[in-house]
Amino acid sequence: MYQYDHYDQAMVDARVAEFRGQVERRLSGELTEDQFKPLRLKNGLYLQLHAYMLRVAIPYGTLSSRQMRLLGDIADKYDRGYGHFTTRQNLQYNWIKLEQTPDILADLATVEMHAIQTSGNCIRNISSDQYAGAAADELVDPRPYAELLRQWSSFHPEFDYLPRKFKFAVIASETDRAAMRLHDIGIQIVANAAGEIGAKFHVGGGMGRTPMIAPVIREFVPALQMISYAEACLRVYNRYGRRDNKYKARIKILIHEIGADEYRRQVEEEFAHILTLGLEPPAAELARIQSFFADPSFEAELPEAIDRSDPDFAVWLDQNTVAHKHPGYTVVTISLKPIGGIPGDASADQMRLMADLARDYSFDELRVTHTQNIVLPHVKKADLYALWQMLEGAGLGSANLDLISDIIACPGLDYCSLANARSIPLAQKISARFADMDRQRDLGELKVKISGCINACGHHHAGHIGILGVDRKGTENYQLSFGGSEAADTSLAQITGPGFSEDGVVDALEKATEVYLAQRSDGERFLDTYRRIGMAPFKEAIYG
Amino acid sequence: MKILTGNDLKTGDVVWWDGQDWSRDVNDAVDVGAEADAILAREDAALRVNAGYAIDAQRTADGVRPAHIKDRIRALGPTVRLDFSLKPADTDISGWVL
Ligand code: SF4
Repeated sequence: MYQYDHYDQAMVDARVAEFRGQVERRLSGELTEDQFKPLRLKNGLYLQLHAYMLRVAIPYGTLSSRQMRLLGDIADKYDRGYGHFTTRQNLQYNWIKLEQTPDILADLATVEMHAIQTSGNCIRNISSDQYAGAAADELVDPRPYAELLRQWSSFHPEFDYLPRKFKFAVIASETDRAAMRLHDIGIQIVANAAGEIGAKFHVGGGMGRTPMIAPVIREFVPALQMISYAEACLRVYNRYGRRDNKYKARIKILIHEIGADEYRRQVEEEFAHILTLGLEPPAAELARIQSFFADPSFEAELPEAIDRSDPDFAVWLDQNTVAHKHPGYTVVTISLKPIGGIPGDASADQMRLMADLARDYSFDELRVTHTQNIVLPHVKKADLYALWQMLEGAGLGSANLDLISDIIACPGLDYCSLANARSIPLAQKISARFADMDRQRDLGELKVKISGCINACGHHHAGHIGILGVDRKGTENYQLSFGGSEAADTSLAQITGPGFSEDGVVDALEKATEVYLAQRSDGERFLDTYRRIGMAPFKEAIYG
Repeated sequence: MKILTGNDLKTGDVVWWDGQDWSRDVNDAVDVGAEADAILAREDAALRVNAGYAIDAQRTADGVRPAHIKDRIRALGPTVRLDFSLKPADTDISGWVL
């Protein structure tokens, strides 16, 4: 894992001290709320429906056990004993006191963490593939490139007041596990014909009010020029992005309006200029960063065989583990989606347990996924049964990765002041309706994603089944949509028709699964069947 | 009736204007009529409330009920964590919210 150098630590410590002074000035009345609000947002502190909320950055979703343990301790010490892992691989605390926030940030700084740039119109936390460094199918570990971007974008003075917020995702495999093309900039680390490593730039994707899939702006940028190319992309956006209209201010709208070709032309012009300045990071710096992401000391000649005699364990094994690049190891996903639970929530005790399990079984490392689960990236196959038993004992053993109960749900109207409708109770009802494991597994991969408003934090546009909460004359109403995907086959979900009540949408969803079961061909997922037969049969079943 | 809500500046707790002070319980809220702006300006300046605003509500047999669902959830607490709500012992609170 990356470790802060003197500069990183000094920057974060200085920011804590600065914010402490700002909080003191707010509490004494020297600053009004209007003056203070942009300052607190720069430090990830929101005022939500019930209380202050603090969003903590987890760069590219990677955590050490020490960091996860501290997140649990903070939940106990300053919050109400739990936290919420988000679709941006961050953690949110829901019940924060303003007067304690500087102390929380100081605690976070002791484990190289912060909440800087988790809000505001700046470059946000860089997200990545949760299986980075472990996946059997990756070209290289994408995290050194994400870390390079993190360093470049932290406190970047030119990009501190962008027209709107700006999100990067970096992956390095053909399988997209990070919704890469639904980001403002999605980078895939690739190799060219000569075998050199570089970055493929997709620019102008996003969800929200106007969902768009990012077009490719450049097929290959040499690795050490990636920062300069990103700088050029941002500079053109910063110059022409629609500051006059909040709803048209994201880069996707700019690219849509001027066209990808014209945007590319301007970026290339800017890029050529930047290259003359010689601002690229030295190769030694990339190598230094890469050294932090070297493989842990994997053992050789470990046993591959796993005793599957416990049937519940066997189901979990099949569902929640994926191939590791090193023999004898596997990648484990810990589901934060128990039946009837709150997607993405973990108690302080669960966080500390996951930290201990990472220390004992996964070289001290954990990952947060954009689907609101936790990953132990490097677990010996021989340790899986013991690990699973401990997860089971802590309510963390749900065997539902990518199944219908592995639902993404944003905080919605239970916590979020922007929401139109609640997301979490709906997720709970759907998972309860489909609680039967055999039924879930028969339905296979089926990604349900729920947002409580058009901002789409719950990624509903990318759901095989997406649900959007809307306000219909003061009551909660839910729009259903089918056919979205955040994977390599990225697509945007299409609305089925008129919306439903909370119970109505669960019934409609169930009817859609019945259509799928009746119509599927061998090996087809729900999404494949939908793509083959189209909306009509589903509509007929739902509204018929 | 018009009632006032906001957050405690230091703690962020949701508060309601009870005519004298800020209460954690929506049922203490009083009708401020046309005084909303004046009270909020005074209380904000005195740092007794943060981000205050006026909402419509009704006084019912069950207490004070904000007109909009968002404010009812704000008054109650998250419906998915009733242990942190105004009515932690009431298992059938959804009727009040809806
Ligand atoms: S999608 Fe809307 S309701 Fe959900 S967290 Fe985002 S802003 Fe809040």
